Amino acid sequence: MNVLEMKNVRKDFGSLEVLRGVDLSVSEGEIVSVIGPSGSGKSTLLRLATLLERMDFGSLSYEGIAAAYEDEGGRSVYASLKTLKDLKSIYGLVFQSFHLFPHWNVLQNVTDAVIHVQKRPRAEAEERGRELLSRMGLLEKAGSYPCELSGGQQQRVAIARALALRPKLLFFDEPTSALDPEMSGEVLKLILSLRELKIAMVIVTHEMGFAREISDRILFMAEGSVLLSGPPEEVFRSENERMKSFLSRVQSF
Amino acid sequence: MAEILLPLLKGLGVSFQIFLITLILSLPLGLLVSLGRMSRNGPLSALIRIYISIMRGTPLMLQLFVVYYGPYYLFRIRLSPGYRNIAVCIGFVINYAAYFAEIYRSGIQSIPKGQYEAAEILGYSRAQSFLRIILPQVIKRILPAVTNEVITLVKDTSLAFSISVMEMFTAAKALSSAQSSMTPLIAAGIFYYIFNFIVAFLMERLEKRLDYYSI
Repeated sequence: MNVLEMKNVRKDFGSLEVLRGVDLSVSEGEIVSVIGPSGSGKSTLLRLATLLERMDFGSLSYEGIAAAYEDEGGRSVYASLKTLKDLKSIYGLVFQSFHLFPHWNVLQNVTDAVIHVQKRPRAEAEERGRELLSRMGLLEKAGSYPCELSGGQQQRVAIARALALRPKLLFFDEPTSALDPEMSGEVLKLILSLRELKIAMVIVTHEMGFAREISDRILFMAEGSVLLSGPPEEVFRSENERMKSFLSRVQSF
Repeated sequence: MAEILLPLLKGLGVSFQIFLITLILSLPLGLLVSLGRMSRNGPLSALIRIYISIMRGTPLMLQLFVVYYGPYYLFRIRLSPGYRNIAVCIGFVINYAAYFAEIYRSGIQSIPKGQYEAAEILGYSRAQSFLRIILPQVIKRILPAVTNEVITLVKDTSLAFSISVMEMFTAAKALSSAQSSMTPLIAAGIFYYIFNFIVAFLMERLEKRLDYYSI
């Protein structure tokens, strides 16, 4: 059974069609990167998958449980709020600009949802929190506040915060786009090291080398549609004109 | 001197009570009002807008008159003279709640959308994310504006004079007329100043305590 299954997803913002019938399925432990020019609908796809926004048409399910199904006309009908809330425990999301909670120190950022959403004992949450922070190389920052950290460190805390809830699928929305090159290197290395956790990942990224290295599968999107989907070598060697012109533009610097 | 100081200090006690009751009630009420003002329920939000607009657009002294004399003038209800103390509290609380509501609203709307989204993704309920994540940051942001209002409130308590509540200004005015002397007024001024000096000191300490992080 697939962890994530999205079918015929369509989304309009007013008269602007952002997604025109996109399918995305992710199997257990699979790592999928979504690439494509800006405005191609990559981030919107992620916001729909994570229920931050609602799609107009299409279906969405996690582990076979429908978050939204299609009615006869294909319009999305969403499940009850209770179901949607339960499904949230399956996935996590790492944002482009981190969105850590500034009034809590690093350890609190990582443990609070474990304690107050998942209702686990504080001691257990803190032990897991420290374990994750040491994995991120940030154990000595446990008592620091987000404003005292560099961008790269903040993003690593955000990744620890997401992992603390033991998601089966982790989404990344351009995780290094807000970082300078040096720091994005450290974050990319860290994400690569997460492969051994065997959790599924969906990564929207502009880092082509990284996408090629980490992914089991690459989705190339343009103008709201998936143009290519397949193993990295296949997609990067594709003769598709859009893909070739996209690659020449991102690699020209 | 004692014949000036004793009535003044007694009046100061009343002023302080008005001050304290107003703060304790209008700070939480203001939060509820701001949530209603921002609610997606159209009629509720519109009603609260009108309420805030009236509270801010008319003099507090006039509002005190309406609360105190309204029951008799409008409905011929005779209330005991003790009602003036209740009237003054009602008047102050509904007026200050309106101002605080707008301060809360500015604070709540200044919190980046990403904070709500991060909380939602992590599975917090709406109440949890407001109380655990949004409100603490709002309080830090609005503290300077709240300090301003609290200092104004100390001085505004003298408006209770208009419905003859025996607070410090009323006492000072009476003493001053009786003795044809400026001294009681100057003494009252000094007391108001000291009162506010302490308020400013305490609020500054509170601000410092929340200085451990920046947004």
